[in-house]
Formats: sequence, structure tokens, C-alpha cells
Amino acid sequence: MRRPARVCAALVPLDMGMSGSDWNVHWKKTRGTMKRFHFTDQWKDMKKLSGDPLLLCVIVVLLLSLIMFIIYPLLRVCIVSFQVDGHFSLKNFRDALTYSNGYYLKALWNSLWMGVATAVLGTFVAFVFAYSLTRANIPGKKFFNVIATIPIISPPFIGALAIVMLFGRNGFISSTLLGMRNANAYGAKGLLFAQVLTFFPVAYITLRGVLESISPTLEDAAMDLGGNRFTIFRKVTLPLAIPGIASSMLVLFVESLADFGNPLVLAGAQFPILSVQAYLEITGMGNFAKGAALAFILLVPSVSVYMLQKYWVSKKQYVTVTGKPTQSTNNVVSPTARWILFAVSCLIASVVILVYASIIWGAFAKSWGNSYEVTFDNFKYVFRVGFESVLDTLTIAGISTPISGIIGMMIAFLVVRKRFIGRRFMEFSSMLSFAVPGTVIGIGYILAFNHAPFYLTGTLAILLLNFIFRYIPVGIQGGVAVLNQIDPSIEEAAVDLGADSNVTFRKVTLPLMIPAFFSGLIFAFVRSMTAISAAIFLVSAKWKFMTVQIMSQVESGRIGAAAAFSLILVGIILIAMAVIKLILRLKYQTTSSILSG
Amino acid sequence: MEKKSVSVTLEHVTKRFKDVKGKADVVAVNDSNFIIEPGELVTLLGPSGCGKTTTLRMIAGFELPTEGKIFIGNEDVTMLPPNKRDTATMFQSYGLFPHMTVFDNVAYGLKLRKVPSEEIKVRVNETLSLVGLADYGDRAPSKLSGGQQQRVALARSLIVTPSVLLLDEPLSNLDALLREQMRVEIRKIQRDLGITAVYVTHDRVEAMSLSDRVVVMKDGYIRQIGAPSEIYESPNSRFVAGFVGKAAFFPVTIMGHDGPHWTCDLGGRAVVVAHAADDVSVGDDAVLMARPESLRLAAPGEGHIDGRVRMNVYLGNSLESFIQTPFGEVLVQIDDPHAKRVYPEGAEVSIDFSPDRVRILNKDEE
Amino acid sequence: MSVKLVDVTKVFTDHDDRQKEFTAVSHVNIEIEEGEMVTFLGPSGCGKTTTLRIISGFETQTSGDVFIDGELVNDLPANKRNTSMVFQSYAIFPHLSVSQNIGFGLELKGMKKDAIKIEVDKIMEVMGLTSLGNRRPSQLSGGQQQRVALARAIVNKPRVLLFDEPLSNLDAKLREQMRIEIRRIQQQFGITSIYVTHDQSEAMTVSDRIMVMDKGEIKQLGTPFEIYSRPSNRFVADFIGRANFIEGLVCGLQDAVSIQVGKTVLRFPSFNPDVEEGKIGIVVIRPEGLVLGKTSSSAFFNGTVSHAVYLGSSMEYEISVDGREDPIIAVSNNPVKEGFFHVGDPVGISFDPVSAHVISGS
Repeated sequence: MRRPARVCAALVPLDMGMSGSDWNVHWKKTRGTMKRFHFTDQWKDMKKLSGDPLLLCVIVVLLLSLIMFIIYPLLRVCIVSFQVDGHFSLKNFRDALTYSNGYYLKALWNSLWMGVATAVLGTFVAFVFAYSLTRANIPGKKFFNVIATIPIISPPFIGALAIVMLFGRNGFISSTLLGMRNANAYGAKGLLFAQVLTFFPVAYITLRGVLESISPTLEDAAMDLGGNRFTIFRKVTLPLAIPGIASSMLVLFVESLADFGNPLVLAGAQFPILSVQAYLEITGMGNFAKGAALAFILLVPSVSVYMLQKYWVSKKQYVTVTGKPTQSTNNVVSPTARWILFAVSCLIASVVILVYASIIWGAFAKSWGNSYEVTFDNFKYVFRVGFESVLDTLTIAGISTPISGIIGMMIAFLVVRKRFIGRRFMEFSSMLSFAVPGTVIGIGYILAFNHAPFYLTGTLAILLLNFIFRYIPVGIQGGVAVLNQIDPSIEEAAVDLGADSNVTFRKVTLPLMIPAFFSGLIFAFVRSMTAISAAIFLVSAKWKFMTVQIMSQVESGRIGAAAAFSLILVGIILIAMAVIKLILRLKYQTTSSILSG
Repeated sequence: MEKKSVSVTLEHVTKRFKDVKGKADVVAVNDSNFIIEPGELVTLLGPSGCGKTTTLRMIAGFELPTEGKIFIGNEDVTMLPPNKRDTATMFQSYGLFPHMTVFDNVAYGLKLRKVPSEEIKVRVNETLSLVGLADYGDRAPSKLSGGQQQRVALARSLIVTPSVLLLDEPLSNLDALLREQMRVEIRKIQRDLGITAVYVTHDRVEAMSLSDRVVVMKDGYIRQIGAPSEIYESPNSRFVAGFVGKAAFFPVTIMGHDGPHWTCDLGGRAVVVAHAADDVSVGDDAVLMARPESLRLAAPGEGHIDGRVRMNVYLGNSLESFIQTPFGEVLVQIDDPHAKRVYPEGAEVSIDFSPDRVRILNKDEE
Repeated sequence: MSVKLVDVTKVFTDHDDRQKEFTAVSHVNIEIEEGEMVTFLGPSGCGKTTTLRIISGFETQTSGDVFIDGELVNDLPANKRNTSMVFQSYAIFPHLSVSQNIGFGLELKGMKKDAIKIEVDKIMEVMGLTSLGNRRPSQLSGGQQQRVALARAIVNKPRVLLFDEPLSNLDAKLREQMRIEIRRIQQQFGITSIYVTHDQSEAMTVSDRIMVMDKGEIKQLGTPFEIYSRPSNRFVADFIGRANFIEGLVCGLQDAVSIQVGKTVLRFPSFNPDVEEGKIGIVVIRPEGLVLGKTSSSAFFNGTVSHAVYLGSSMEYEISVDGREDPIIAVSNNPVKEGFFHVGDPVGISFDPVSAHVISGS
């Protein structure tokens, strides 16, 4: 009757049932009564809470941390960008937008329309995949599923790297195969390809979830009433999927805007992108004010689109299952359509495979573009030069991931199960990390923690804090998903049998949340290992980060080393995933939530 | 309704699935063979997993039989997809299109058939009135109660004037009271329109009150087909007897068979019974089936089985008396608790019955 | 007494629209005796579940008092009230085995492991769960899960046992079996119990007394017999079983009430205290109280059978009568003995006024 918690949705910055009203909806589903809150009720809850000092303490600490490490840095960006010599001023914005004949204006324009293009194209590709796998029943579903999710565990600039390797000056396709001399991989087309490759899996996961949630009974009913397959698609499946499609597009837009690694490699001077320009303004030119202004300009569309998605579009999801859901073995896709979809999916899959094949090959090639002799030289070089960064990265990710997972679970529990003043604020600010581009956060952290009393730049602390609070939403999403799956009666039963809220949490809620916690850890780990846009501001001589190192290899033309390094990164991630899955299977006899069935 | 009613025929229909792991074959429906007469409402009744829903889905066209043929009227529809068959299905979860209003939901089938919009309007309003939802056209399905959603689903199916109406446990999500009301309504509409209908349920009271005939199924096999009264009073097996009503089963040994009468040994006493199933013979150990309303209480020694009243439950229109006997606990139904003498809890009693109100069945539980 | 509710009211306020209020429970007063099983019965939304949850402590009443064993428990949280609830969804802990589930409350009380095992084994035997101790909930059938939930509630020796529609997730046959078992167990242990359901035959089977509710108010509180044969108002008469209502004028009121219907005057010994002379009175006759026979002038109604439903152990008829909007509903509880009527048959309906009950028409 209940499906296992969809924790892979934690990867996707979509809101799936977090606000208090969603708790009410869940409550309504199991109870059939209305349960709303009033301010006097809130005071009653605060009274109840004051009888639980530990809980109160935890809430206060969490709220303060969120303000300190998420809100405050953003505030600093706003302040610095709107300030000149201590006065409020729009000069920075004017400067930024008029600079060099509107070069930054062009960057803004490029970023926006690249976002739109990625959103549309990426969603389309993802929809083809999702529909093929959920409705068309094509062969090799497991294989295609893997293909669609591989880019998630790789560094986000793999696409860019592959473009350079295939279509660049020494590109395999451009130079070796086609014999072109000065092929230019840089610019809009390459960037679009890289971004679609990087982000379509995000849309895929969403769309697959949406399509799976559309009750097959609806399509049965439509067919029963006389509709042919195309009509069913047009009038039933597609309209019901539209909220999900809209959500995906909006999310992809936000991701594209925040993307840093791909534009850093591919967007050259001819095709400026805002996130990169903001970075260059600060690290290259040292102009904090203008950099902050650019960051702010980048922030506005990101946050507004994110809000649009979270507070409007995601609420429009149709409830399609009333009463007992039944499985359908009906074929809503004709055999012809099925094969077409299969062919297209194969095409897409082969492109993805091509990208990864190039990376693998490049890692083992002696000198890409010249000699394709197989060698381990690149790996040796990487070990020599990059070993330290591997250790540093593992330290940072290894420490921050569990902490952010635990905090995420705590926040999830508080927001879903408890009532207190500031609950909405806690929910909002912790999810804000998903809305804000890494570049902006990075700049914010520098501005916030560069002065006394918070002199943290260049330290491990700043990296840890950034990662912990940036990936809290991952833990929260996983926690919320699990909590919404737990029948509230189970916790009531514990209380009814004599447990207070601590004991209930420890003996009942927590054990049920743990499998989801571990699954959430995987994704938080992946995200922190592959992060770049914020990390690039925070690394120093003492603390290096793998992705940043890979970037510098790419910039200095050491393609082989970059490829090898990327492989090592992916390898580490795969090992970590395997370890956690093993723990789950051994200790909890499950690879997913134990709530299934 | 000008349309003529049609029959539905299943000829040796079998359905096999691969089980979840893809290994063994699961036989969901095993050699089903029966004819539903035009205008009849036949219910497929049985516990979950008995194959009733699969059978319905094969008639609708959502499943293809592994073997056998299905006819609607004289047409062989075995291989036809659902949209080419003249059937309409009411689903357990209603399957209302959430992105369309009630009006559009009901109009959907007509739109697909390219009926002009003037006519659609008239017919939709007619059908909505028929199901008692005349003013609900503008509503969204999510704003309706379960019972209302159910009626929209019914309207949507009826409006396309199907030859066969298929109902897949349509009432299971409703409150007890609403369920009772809705099944009367559905039956009335089906009768008035004269549509042949196939109904699936696990609720025997529903099956008995709605149907012209009942098909009792278990584990993919049809165990008995007959009118409700036949199934209830003359079940051919212990399973059917126990499934369609409350029954006590007393172990007996068959001593003799003389014309219409069977003589048995019930706990050392000789008892005469007027009815027996086909698969019992003299000398067998069998069971004596008695419905609670066929039993009556008498003073100790006067009846066939002695016992003591353990509990009396007043149900309003009757009294249920639980009697502890050497054969276990037996339920006796007292029809008019106000008139007859009621034996109080703890009293010694005996249970009596007439030969033609009980039946001998094979003792096989399956 | 065991449980006492004094003027308990619960009002919910709409979160979005502070002006909108919803009264779920309105001035409920009831005293429940030790060892009694009382059912709160009514349609969805009538307030029965909210009242139950107020007693258990999961809801706080807006006003009014709740006493358990004489103790005022208004401010006592749910985990301190020593009540045990059997939930609609059973709420068995999925990560614990059957015996761990059952022993959960005892563990919280600080009982030693050996003592817990003895108690758990004892209750498992009573409930027929002995061999299932090590199983996980996901490996149990619906009926078994239900019994585990019941065992877990009872083993704590609560002062009050609360049932929140525990049988709604079971199929029809199992429901019928389980409700008898629940009643048997409750009587065996003698625990004061409160049962919530919307199914009136369930209520009739398990209860010592029934509290019928509608829209937050008590409509009638009484034994199953009183509720069924002496309903206080039309709602109760209609909700419990089927009923026929005949309106007439009260023309005499002493130890029996005289009602004039058309030209006939009948005397009914059973009537509600609020029936007034000169006002409308409604005669409530249950379907099984009607006697069907040939049409005749001495019959009270003459009509035609419009619907006949065979239910196995009974036969239900709907009979349309001229001048009446609603058909008369009649039931024959032993149709084999009493004979069958078919749709279209003319039939005469009579009844003994003794088996009817009169309620006020206002």
C-alpha cells in the first residue's frame, strides 16, 4: 500500500510536502478531519514545549545557526552590493551593467536564455526517457535508468570536459576524425550540450516520479471509454504531467543559472556567463562591490523562479489516486511508438556513453589529440600532484556530510512533527540553500567571514560550514519524505503506551528514519564531492578541493590529467555508495525504506 | 433504452501470469466457462486472489486470455482492445480525470465519439440527473465526496450506452450506510436500462442483494454458479456454504440414503436430513451444514444437540444466540426476540432443526 | 464510575480564515461504568473520533472536563493517562517483532525482561498469536495485525481501552468474526472500553450501551435495545437499521398515545416523553415488525412490491403505497417459512402496534 520513500528525490530541489499545510493534508488523508491551527493554539504548543527544555534548546540553536550561516552571508552580499562608501547606492549595479559596453548585461542575457534553453531541452530529453521507462515498457529499463542517473554522481563539468575532448582544437571528432584545424568548442552550443547532459537527470527523476504517480486507472478509463492511444496521451497523461513538467523546467532553469563548472570551461570571452563573471570580478579583479552586485543580479532570477516553483507550481500536483490504487497491465503505447521511443532512448544513451567513454579513454591516453597510446602516466601525475587534495576533499566531505545529514533529519522532524514559533522560518531558510547559486553563497561567505570577529577564510571551518549548511536540504528532503510515510498513528501508539516525546523519537521515529538517513547521506556526499561553485571561493593554500584542482588542470590544457582525476573522483563516490548500501543491507535488511509494504 | 441487451460468453477462458520473480506460472483464472444472459446482472464473488478481477478485466479487454474466447453478443472480442469493445467499466478507485470538471468527465466518452456539443450538453445533464448530481457539472472531482465521485464514474460509464457494464468493487471505499444506498441505486438503474452487467465483489451481502446470479470463485476456479437463493440454500461445497453466509458445520457419518432422506449419525444420535450435495455417499464422514436461522432453541433433551447459552447479542431486528456445544460454539438466530421465549445467558438448552432446513456437504474444507 | 465526560466541547478554528469555526464536539455528557463497553456511533464527521481522542489525550477539549476513575485528567498528557488505544491502521511498529511490539508498553514501565516475557506469552496465547512472536509485522495478515494491536493494548492493563474503528480495513467476513472476538475478549478481561464505529451492526454486536452522535451532539444514549426499539428521534431511528415513518396527529395521550392517520386511529403503548397532544407524532415501525399478506381492507396499507432483495437469511421488500412518497420497507427474517413475494405482487401490510414506537414530529 505505501511505496518506499523516494529518497533520490532528495537530489532534486523540489519541494515535496514540507510545509505545515502538507502535514495537514497528510493528516487529513489518514484521519478525514480538519485540523488547523490558531495563534492561541500556538501558545499552547509553546507551553507544551517549555516542558521539554532539551527540545527548546535544540530549536534555538538550529535557528541561530541557520541565521548565521545561511541568512547572514546573503545579507552581506545584499549590503555590499547596495552600498558605496557606507551609503546606500545603486552605483555598483550601474557600474556593473554599463561596464565595457554592457558586457555584463550581455552575460546576464546569456545566462538567462541559456537557462531557458537548458530547461526546455533538458526537460524534453528527460521526458522521453521517463515516459519510455514508465509507460512504454521498453527493454533494458535498468540500463537506461543507470544511464539517466550517472551524470548525477559525476562532477558537473564532465560535459564540458567531454565537449573539449571531442570538439575542441585537439578534439577527437573535430581534429582526428574530421581533420579540422582550429575547431572551436567554446560558446553557446557546447555549453548548452554540456548543461543538458549535466542536468537532464534531475528532470528525469522528477518526471519519472510524476509519471509513476499518475494512476494507471485513469488511462484504463480513457481507453475503456473509447480513446485511442494518442488521445489518451494528449488528453490524460500529458495534462496530468504538466505540473511536473513545469516544475522540472523551473528547476532546470535555476540549476543552469547556478552552473559554474561548465561555463568556466566553455564560456569564453565571446559568450560571457554571469556566474563566471561574478567569480572573476572578485578573484581576478578584487572588486568586491561589483562582484557582489553581479552576485545579487544572479540571485534575483534564481530565487524568484525557485519560489515560483515551490509555492505555486508544486502545489498544483494532481492527486490522481482515490481509493485503492490498482496495478494496470494495459499497454497505452502502441508497438510502433514503443520502438520509436526505444530508438530515441538508445540515441540519447549513446551520447551519454560517448561522453563517458571519452573521459575514460582520455584518462588512459598518453596525450589527447596526439597520441592515443594507453598509459598510466596521467594517474601517476595526479597522484603526485593531487593526492593532498584528495585527502582534503575526503576530509571535508566526510565530516560535513554526516553532520548535515543529522541536522537535516532534526530539522525535518521539527518542521513536520512539532509546532513552534519560527517553524516556517526554519523551513524557509534551510531550503533557501537550494535556491541560491553556489557562486552567491561563496561570495557571501567571503564577505561575511573575512572580518573580525569571524575570521574564517582560508580555514577548514569555513569550508565545513559552507558544505554543512548548503546540503542541509538534502537531509531535510529525505527526512520529510520518510516522516510523511510514517503513519502518525504509530507515534501516537507509542505515546499512548506511555512514551514521552524523547522516548518516542528515540525508539520509534528514529529507527524508522535511519534507512532514509543513510540513503540521504549518499546524495549529500555526492553533492559535496562534486561541488565547485562555492568551493572555488573558499579553498586556500592549506585546504584544497578536488574539483577545483580538476578545473585548473583543464585550464592549463592537461586534458588527460583532468580526465584521470575525474575518474578517481567518480570512483571514490562509487565506493562510498557501495559501502553505505552494504551497511543498509546488513544492518537493516533493506536497501530502501523498511516502510515498504 | 432502444438498444437490445446482449449476452456475454466466456468459453474455456484461462489466464496465466508469470509470478513476481518471473519463474513459476500463476494461474489466475482456470478454464472459466459461462454465459451471462442479456439484461442479467451477474456477480463474481470470492476472496481476494480468486481471479474475479482478472476475469472482469479480460471481459473489459485490459487483459488478454492465455486460452479461450470471449464473446459479447455474437461477436468474438477476445483480441479486441478495450476501446473497441462496447463495454464500460467502473473502477474501484473511480478513475475520474482530476484535471476535468464533472461535466467534462461525463462528456468525455461522447466527445471521443464526435457527438455534436449540443447533444452532449443535453445527454450529460440527463445522465447527471439520473445519478442525482444534476447541479454538479462545474465541480472538480477532488471537491466531491466518495459517494459523489462514485456516481460521476457511473454516469460516465452509462452515458456511452454500453452493451455491457462492468463494475470492479465500486463500493468498497464507501461508508456502510452509503454502500447500502448505492447498491440499491445501481441495481435500479441497471434494471431500468436493461444493461447486461458484471459485478465483482468480496462482500457476500452485496452479491446477494444485487445479482440475478452469482459466480462463486476460489483460486481461479468457479466453484458454483446460481441464483442467490440457490447458492445460499443449496451450496455444493463447504467453501461456498461458508462464504455466502454464516453456517455451522457438524461432523456426521452418513448411515443410509433412502429416497429423499439421508440418515446420519450426529454425535451418537440419529438425524434425518432432506438435502445433500452431489459428492457424498453412504459411509462417508461428512458435515451437516445449518444456517443460524434454520436452527432453533428448545429445552435440553428436546433437540438434536445439547449445549449452554454463552452469549446473547441483540441486533435490533434479530437476536444472535451463541451456544456452547460439544462441537464447538454454534450461532442460532432468533427472528423475533420480542415474541419468542429467549433463553438467557448461562441457560442449558438444546438446538433443534427440521430435516429440510439443513444440508449434508463433503467435509473437504477446500 | 470509570469514565466521565462533563460538558465536553471541541471547536476547531480554520487556520487560514480565523473567523471560520467548526464545532466538532458539542456539550457531550456521559458516565461510563467500570467494565462497560460503550460505542460512539454516527456518520463520518459526527465527532465520535474527536471525542475518543479527547479521552485518550491526543486532542485537548476547548471546554469541559474529563475524569478517569474519578481523577480529573484534563491536563494530563496522553502518555500519562493509562489508557490504551487500538488504532484504525493498527499502528504496529514495523521495525519491531510481534513480541517486542506487545511488550513495548511494559518495557517503558521499567518491567524486567523475564516478567515482560511472561506477560507477553500469556496474552499471545489468549489472542492466538503464540507461534508468531518473532515475526515482523509485514509478515502478518490483516487479522493477525489487528490481534497484535489488541494484545499490545490489553497487556498494559489500562484503565480504559479505546477502539478507533479497528475493523474498517478488514474484509466483510473477517469483520464479522473479529467483532465477536473483540467483545469476547473485552468481557473476559473486564476492561472499561469505548468503541468508535460508523457501522451500526458492529455497534449493536459489541456494546453494552451506544451513544449515537450527529454533528457533534449526542442524539441518544442507551442500550442496543433502547436505541433500536425506542429511538428518541428520527435521526437515531433512521441511522440504526431501516425504519418506516408514519406521520399522524396525536389525539390522545395517557398510558398509550393515540395517533390519527387518515381516518384510522391507533393506540401505541411505546412512545417518547416529548410527544405532545395536538401536535404531529411519527410512528416508527421497523421492517421486521410488518406482516405481509394478501391485500384486504383490514390491512393498514395496501400496495405493490416494487423491489425484492434476497439476502439469504432474510428477504427485503420495498412496497410502494399510494399516497406515500417513500416506499414501505419490510423484511422477512425467515422467508422460507414465511413465503416469498415478487416484484409486482399486490400485498397488504399490517403490524402490531406493540412493536412500534412513537416519536415527536417536531
